[in-house]
Amino acid sequence: MHELMHQEAAATSAVPRKRGRAIVVTSGKGGVGKTTTTANTGAALAATGASVVLVDADVGLRNLDIVLGLEARVRHHVLDVLEGHVTLDEALVTDKRVPTMRLLAAAQTREKDDVDTAAFCDLISGLRDRFDYVLIDCPAGIEKGFANAIAGADEAIIVCTPEVSAVRDADRVVGLLGDERSVKLIVNRLRPALVRRGKMLSVDDVNGILRLPLLGVIEDAPDVIVSTNRGEPVALDAASPVGESYRQIAQRIAGTLTGVPEIPRERSLFEKLFGGRK
Amino acid sequence: MFEFIQRFFGKPASSATAKERLRLVLLSDHLSLAPDVVEALKHDLVEVISRYCEVDVANCDVTFEHREKQVAMLANIPILSLRSRPAPPPPGPPPPAVEPDPVPVAAATKATHAEGPRPPRRKRRKNVAGTTTAPAT
Repeated sequence: MHELMHQEAAATSAVPRKRGRAIVVTSGKGGVGKTTTTANTGAALAATGASVVLVDADVGLRNLDIVLGLEARVRHHVLDVLEGHVTLDEALVTDKRVPTMRLLAAAQTREKDDVDTAAFCDLISGLRDRFDYVLIDCPAGIEKGFANAIAGADEAIIVCTPEVSAVRDADRVVGLLGDERSVKLIVNRLRPALVRRGKMLSVDDVNGILRLPLLGVIEDAPDVIVSTNRGEPVALDAASPVGESYRQIAQRIAGTLTGVPEIPRERSLFEKLFGGRK
Repeated sequence: MFEFIQRFFGKPASSATAKERLRLVLLSDHLSLAPDVVEALKHDLVEVISRYCEVDVANCDVTFEHREKQVAMLANIPILSLRSRPAPPPPGPPPPAVEPDPVPVAAATKATHAEGPRPPRRKRRKNVAGTTTAPAT
């Protein structure tokens, strides 16, 4: 811990600064799991030892703090920093479970229009000098909040559920992200049993349309809901299969895992009876 | 059981319906989001047709319509008159025309299906729109 703080202090003053990766997690459509994906991907990345900062760009509808279970510890937010009321370090919340992870919360009582795009972009750039990964939780929609969230990011993760509305919005957002950003896909909330019965779009159906490099597929599993209820990222649950999916996503982002991502399959009756988790 | 009966009677799985609906809606989304592409297409269309007819360029309109099972291109290109001699095509791949003589549109469009050289048709048709009318043989 001390060593870590030392490293960070060195990073702020020393000349050879890092140039971390700024990745925006976006979707266009709301409610597809952007915040959950940001929280778990960030936690999984931080658990590997990388320094990670999660930035909630959803000004006015702050939620990343509660999904991470850090809501009680947030004192200041991103607009406090941008408007010079507090320093960046005063606003960053360190996660006690994974000390390499920090959160910069969104302002809850302000609006997206209050954020200056250029200033937000500078903030992200400053964070890249200090952290290996800057994960930006983008708000739904394609208005000002979206423009702010993507401005400082050179990579994007599209979160898409296997639904026509989510795929259509994802397609639109990919177009808006432009060619200069690297864009990858996470298919969220897949239900393998429904896919097998032809009642849900498959990962191939979704990506046959979006045609993006696939980072991973997250099954629609109770673990995710339970972990969000508790404010404990499922990615930190070593026994959870969904947690493992997030850890593999983190490895793919880091480049330590290659090959085609595993697509969750339907569990057998035996697995359902004996392998289930409460 | 109901599911089985549905499948037996050939009702498509809802995921297949979703896929097809998405394909069509995205095609139409992409077209409406790429006005420059549509404008270029319109320009080229008018240019090709202008070789054979005098076109009312100001009133040309190319739109795309999302129908039940397809996306259709609707081109409304008012024709003022037929050219007596088709304008030379721009440099590029040579046209498939067999004869150097002036060929009215109707004959030109059919010429590709003709087995042998066709006598030049000089008679101007009154029905400008009916360019697909087959020439009498």
